[in-house]
Amino acid sequence: MRGPRREVWGWLLAGLVVWTLFRAAEFDPALLWQGGQGALFDFAAGFWPPAKDGPFLSIVVLAVGQTLAMATAGVFFAAILAWPLALLATPVLAEPPGGVVFRGWCGKWTRAAIRGVLVVMRGIPDLVWALLFVRAVGLGATAAVWALAIAYAGMLGKVYGELFEMAREPAAALLASGSGKTGALVHGVLPVVLPDVISYTIYRWECGIRASVVMGFVGAGGLGQQIELSLRMFEGGQVLTLLLALLILVALADRLSAQLRRAFA
Amino acid sequence: MNHGRRSWNAVLLVATAVAASLASLDVLPWQMASADGVARMAGYVAGFWPPDTHPDFLLQVAKGSWETLAMALAGTILAAFFGLLLAWPSSHAGGVGRLAKWVLNPLRAVPELVWAAFMVLAAGLGPMAGTLAIALHTTGVLGRLYAETLENAPSAAADALREAGARGWQVMIWGVLPVVLTRLVGYALYRAEMNIRAAAVLGFVGAGGLGQMLYVSLSLFQETRAATLIIATLFLVAAVETLGSQLRRRLDGT
Repeated sequence: MRGPRREVWGWLLAGLVVWTLFRAAEFDPALLWQGGQGALFDFAAGFWPPAKDGPFLSIVVLAVGQTLAMATAGVFFAAILAWPLALLATPVLAEPPGGVVFRGWCGKWTRAAIRGVLVVMRGIPDLVWALLFVRAVGLGATAAVWALAIAYAGMLGKVYGELFEMAREPAAALLASGSGKTGALVHGVLPVVLPDVISYTIYRWECGIRASVVMGFVGAGGLGQQIELSLRMFEGGQVLTLLLALLILVALADRLSAQLRRAFA
Repeated sequence: MNHGRRSWNAVLLVATAVAASLASLDVLPWQMASADGVARMAGYVAGFWPPDTHPDFLLQVAKGSWETLAMALAGTILAAFFGLLLAWPSSHAGGVGRLAKWVLNPLRAVPELVWAAFMVLAAGLGPMAGTLAIALHTTGVLGRLYAETLENAPSAAADALREAGARGWQVMIWGVLPVVLTRLVGYALYRAEMNIRAAAVLGFVGAGGLGQMLYVSLSLFQETRAATLIIATLFLVAAVETLGSQLRRRLDGT
């Protein structure tokens, strides 16, 4: 049985940990009231009414379109990059088991190296990739597309690889009966994995839309860049309109993604 | 065949969307690559080597990592508290429930980074803004998960208390919460893990932690420092992932 004294110590320790965390996070609600309560309320009140003049609305529509294009192109490139990476990272087409996937590639070490590359690609957050690309190729949508392509190729490569493992037996059977690697891929692996590959890729496209919105905050184009601009100019009404556009875009993308996945299922 | 037709329509839709996206963006490799551009890119990448390992800087990086961790955990603790507070009414039918859902939905729908940009304006630069941003978004997420958990909780204990004449809040504290507590803590831990990853980049809009250091060092063209910070982010994310999966395995095991 636990004594009450031990329980008290437990609570004290938990309290100390929580206190330390909030101190390290420099948490101080008084900061919000620093400029007088008025400042916060003025800030919130500035958001009403939403901006709805013609020229601004056309900017919003263009920004939404650009965000959609960024996510679509980014995930498309990610999927193209992920296929060869996933094939190299898994032994599904290796013959004999533990051998090489493509002629001239040393099996085990290639797999380990490619796995490491995939870990780094998805381990560095997509927003960090976006910032690095903005510095390298300049402001705009291009940075977001390549950031998404790399970060998501890391994730897709891992998941495709796991799916390929499920096709090991049919692929091995085909290889054993003298079929070539291409034949084993097309007739052994694809039929097993394709539905799941498509479904997961569409799901990632849905995530990619959210990610591309956020990437705009580091200058990578689309809706996020517009929100950042309006916020910097203290145009609260414009920010509210853009946020509403964001909510509608994400909700519609969720629905479209669900429908597409059903169509391919 | 109806089904085949539908999936062909979907293929056509996806192909059109991809073609339209590529056409509108100028991002194809041959549209971007020029001999000059490739050389410039190689120079940029080479500038990141070697990572800065000066002891003073490493100490700063450790402090930034700790700040990121603290932002994520403090934000999650706040979110678990307020999420539960909002989940209780939102699990009820009627006007109050609808009102609570109306608060939770936009909290969840606005991404952490957008909240962070707002909070930097409201609370100033620094980790406090990041903590608030994490707390706001996560309150929306946990509030919804908690509401579902409360609704689906086995009701035997709660019914017994209600029959014995306990009030609503007494039923909640003694009848419902003990039954679902592990569930609620599990959700909070899972979100804490995701929030550490999110907190690492909130600094890009000035909300403290490793992200702010990375943003500043890239703005000042200190690429070797940026390299160290990126490696630290990778380590933090990987460590949390490993710890999280081990913790989950242990929780599932018992």
